[in-house]
Amino acid sequence: MKTLSIIESAYRATVEEQDDTIVWIHGAMKGAGAELAVLLRGNAVNYLVEAQNAGGLAFGDWEQTQPPRLASDLAALAAKGVEICYVAEDVAERGIERSELIAGVQPVAREAVAELVGRYERVWHW
Amino acid sequence: MADKKTITIAIMDAPYENARSTTALRLIDLAARRGYNINVFAYEGAVLQPFSGQTPHPNAVHGRNVEEENHFIPKDAIAALMREAERNGGKIDWVNCGLCVDERGAGAAIAGVRRGSPADLWQMAEASDNTLVIATR
Repeated sequence: MKTLSIIESAYRATVEEQDDTIVWIHGAMKGAGAELAVLLRGNAVNYLVEAQNAGGLAFGDWEQTQPPRLASDLAALAAKGVEICYVAEDVAERGIERSELIAGVQPVAREAVAELVGRYERVWHW
Repeated sequence: MADKKTITIAIMDAPYENARSTTALRLIDLAARRGYNINVFAYEGAVLQPFSGQTPHPNAVHGRNVEEENHFIPKDAIAALMREAERNGGKIDWVNCGLCVDERGAGAAIAGVRRGSPADLWQMAEASDNTLVIATR
């Protein structure tokens, strides 16, 4: 059964985890044969901004060498066959241009979200 | 039971952080009383819900000793839910995300909890009548 996951919580422990754990679990489930689509909304739309860089964290002589790379993680998920879309107004309201986003992701108008949800038998809201 | 249901609930919150955890246990309780088969996928901090090292404590502010306080201990609630499910002809299959367990040192869990992976969540959802995700906010 194809599942639509709506990802809204953003940047929850991403520095500690070195990824977003919800994006991560979708990659793992896809590897296990899951049929998945992802809708990013709210602050999570920022995950699609290619130029973000969370590198540079250091405490004393410890340096983080593998910071979260959220945009590339989303691109990798798309490359595995997971359809990635985002709420267009949530991107615009944050002053983000479409040209700043990774390729291969599709905008969905806020008023079309209900119709999108209706296309799936199973919807998970993260 | 002709209308026996199987449900899956995914949870993420650590114990003693917010009411979502209690809500999840309340939902599991209702399902257990109805004899449903219940799958739980504990992700991230939720792997600490059935952590066997939880210990009740007295509460000086309340003026009660440990017995009087009878503090809510999630692992004990989960064990009680497992018993309730069995009593009503159902069962609880509680899966702790293994990597989440490792990074938290939370390997010690009560009996009936098993280690798994996101593949288990998907497989449990596929085999269920419905699935509810209770994510961290």
